[in-house]
Amino acid sequence: MIQFNRFTLGNGLRVIVHEDHSTPMAVVNVMYDVGARDEDPSKTGFAHLFEHLMFGGSVNIRDFETPLNMAGGENNAYTTNDINNYYIQLPAENLETALWLESDRMLSLAFSKKSLDVQKKVVCEEFKEHYINKPYGDSWFKLREMAYRQHPYRWMTIGSELGHIENASLNDVKAFFHKHYCPVNAILVIAGNITVSRARELVEKWFSDIPPGEKYVRNLTPEPQQKEERRLTVKADVPLDALYKCWHMDSRLEHGYYVADLITEALGGGSSSRLYQALVKEKQLFSGIECYHFGSVEKGLLAIEGKLVKGVRMEDAEKAVEDELKKIKEEGISETELTKIKNKTESAIAFEDMSVMARANNLAFYELLGDANLFNEDREKYFSVSSADILNYSRKIFDVNNSNTLCYYSEN
Amino acid sequence: MLIRTSPPDIKDPVSFDIHLPSCEKHILSNGVEVYALNMGTEDALMINWVFKAGNCYEDKKTLAAATNYLLKNGTSRLSAFALSEHFEYYGAYLNRSCYNETSEISLHCLSKHIGKLIPAVSEIIADSVYPEKELDIFIQNSRQKLTVNLKKCEFVASRLIDAYLFGEAHPYGKYSNLEDYEALRRDDLLRFYNTYYRQGSCMIMAAGKLPDNLIDLLEKEIGRLPLRSFHGDVEALTYDFTPAAQKKYRVINDEQGVQAAIRIARHFPNRKHPDFQKAMVLNNIYGGYFGSRLMANIREDKGYTYGIYSFLLNHVHQSGWMISTEAGREVSEDTITEAYREMEILRRTPVSEEELRLTQNFMIGTILGDLDGPFQVASRWKNLILNGLDEQYFYNAVQTIKTITAEELQAIANKYLLPEEFYELVVI
Repeated sequence: MIQFNRFTLGNGLRVIVHEDHSTPMAVVNVMYDVGARDEDPSKTGFAHLFEHLMFGGSVNIRDFETPLNMAGGENNAYTTNDINNYYIQLPAENLETALWLESDRMLSLAFSKKSLDVQKKVVCEEFKEHYINKPYGDSWFKLREMAYRQHPYRWMTIGSELGHIENASLNDVKAFFHKHYCPVNAILVIAGNITVSRARELVEKWFSDIPPGEKYVRNLTPEPQQKEERRLTVKADVPLDALYKCWHMDSRLEHGYYVADLITEALGGGSSSRLYQALVKEKQLFSGIECYHFGSVEKGLLAIEGKLVKGVRMEDAEKAVEDELKKIKEEGISETELTKIKNKTESAIAFEDMSVMARANNLAFYELLGDANLFNEDREKYFSVSSADILNYSRKIFDVNNSNTLCYYSEN
Repeated sequence: MLIRTSPPDIKDPVSFDIHLPSCEKHILSNGVEVYALNMGTEDALMINWVFKAGNCYEDKKTLAAATNYLLKNGTSRLSAFALSEHFEYYGAYLNRSCYNETSEISLHCLSKHIGKLIPAVSEIIADSVYPEKELDIFIQNSRQKLTVNLKKCEFVASRLIDAYLFGEAHPYGKYSNLEDYEALRRDDLLRFYNTYYRQGSCMIMAAGKLPDNLIDLLEKEIGRLPLRSFHGDVEALTYDFTPAAQKKYRVINDEQGVQAAIRIARHFPNRKHPDFQKAMVLNNIYGGYFGSRLMANIREDKGYTYGIYSFLLNHVHQSGWMISTEAGREVSEDTITEAYREMEILRRTPVSEEELRLTQNFMIGTILGDLDGPFQVASRWKNLILNGLDEQYFYNAVQTIKTITAEELQAIANKYLLPEEFYELVVI
């Protein structure tokens, strides 16, 4: 059970304080309710590019990094399709430095032309490093476009193409900032070796005079239910054939999400999982196979991907995957297997909770979903999933008309 | 009135007292040392079994890694699947890893399950059988993974630079080719396993909220095995240290490549050398973190790369000082020029008082953060033990960070940051 205190400033900033006096450190986590899903389809990659610009100086502080390092602190940030998150860890005595820095960039950025020009180049190199200059690097661009016709989960966080990033202008940046980066759209978590009263005092000092901004009301086109099988074939300069399949699943707070998470564990978690045992070890059709999902806030995707053993035909490999899915759809899973995947989930949660940084991040995320206390309910939600749920949900999502398949062939 | 333009007062991390939580040492009846770090709030723990079974003991390439990887793929009683299922049923993670001098089995689990899990690890150490079929699958899949990795410029670059620095025959420099996997035989693995695991030199590191019966359980399950103390002598093979004669390399791995993997590296003495800790501080300024000079120049000013870092290699006997980045293909040569220019600035101009204080505070703050949590502390201790060092070394390192001067840093720069001493490699 993670204890925390919650309050809201006059300008709408939601604040959570989580005391942990077993560490000498403090963590400051600021989560903004904006992700790649909130981008204009002709200006994708913006939320992520923006994350880089948040380090390019704010209205009163030219350099973000140096004063933080001087106080013994480190920081980083990440962007997903759903959110934008910034976190700092530093010795608890110097907590105020982190709040000074975060409050100033919430107040306003410096909007330097130089910073924009450089970060556009940096992000283009990041794009190349992860998605162009890497075998199979483009596979998820294609899968997302296949699975989503309407919803902005169609594009990757990095952006759908280099050109969108290269064309970003300072005016775009300013408009994006004013729309999303304000107290009413943010959640601040302070965790570690601090007291609630001291945290509150410092938060009020640094954040209360920031204008609230306008509440962003998300109004995204929902993805229409998929009603037909979708397939795509690609040939590229890669050494091995690969198979990717994905299916639409429930959103983060629905019961189906927890069931889907356990299904991925049964199918692909670890070397006793079904796909690994049957297809890598027994039939030797794949040299490696994974099953995972993206933890998306809205309706996401559950995926299976694997590389075929050289010489194996794609049809045979796919048929074998289908056979495994058929098995879970017809027979479900045993109580022993259900206990196994729940035990794995229980220990994964325990290991994650060891880090104060992970706790701060989770509290912010669940508060963004509606209530930080949902964090404490997760474990119970996993434990309430029954084998009947697994059977029914497998039947529901592993439907050919809900499936997207990418056959990625080696042209060698 | 709130003044936002100047920072709030800070307590300089340099003034903090850093304390390395102490480690309790037990010796099992067969001589195996157990280092126990009882700290943390979650009912979870980690146990590492460290063996002198790294690749410096192998007489055939990839033998040490293969033996390590397949440790949990079958005992005379249980199949690979049954073993995996056993660990996973209790929500445990059983990992293996192989390094140059040592290799490890590591178990992460909830404390309540150790009674079921430690006996299974004991069974693996005593009775792995290396089924032929498991080896065949391993060879096939390792070869496939390697063919994919060989398409990546950064993978190729990392292999080549180590080979240039230490020689292809040296444990720190050798790498596996497709045919090395093909040449592995079950008998080789069994022989290596018998010598270096079943009757090998072992130590145990346990960290987390440790149950009261842990040591008794280890004594019962591990203490009875024919293992030896980690600090006894094990005959290591001797190696030729044969660095390449040529210093500069340009390799085209993929004609269509849009990025270049750049590695620039020189030899450097190991941790016991008096310059090592000072070089760690200088490295931090040069390319050790996000705020370093290499990052400020090459990423934050020029936008040539997503990241550029420098570091000292974590080897026991002989280290190296390396710069590593993936940069745009067309700016790769300019990136190298700038890396050397930053060396020159460090040689010529003493680091300012401000930058020195920044570096010291940052490094102490990082150590403080690193010591937060039982697994991180255990990994510090393990590094000390495996390098034949004690806690005094740790405190001396902290002292060096706190007291080093700009003159000392400049002297280190003039002694080591010399472009002509560096190997230089670009892989596109």
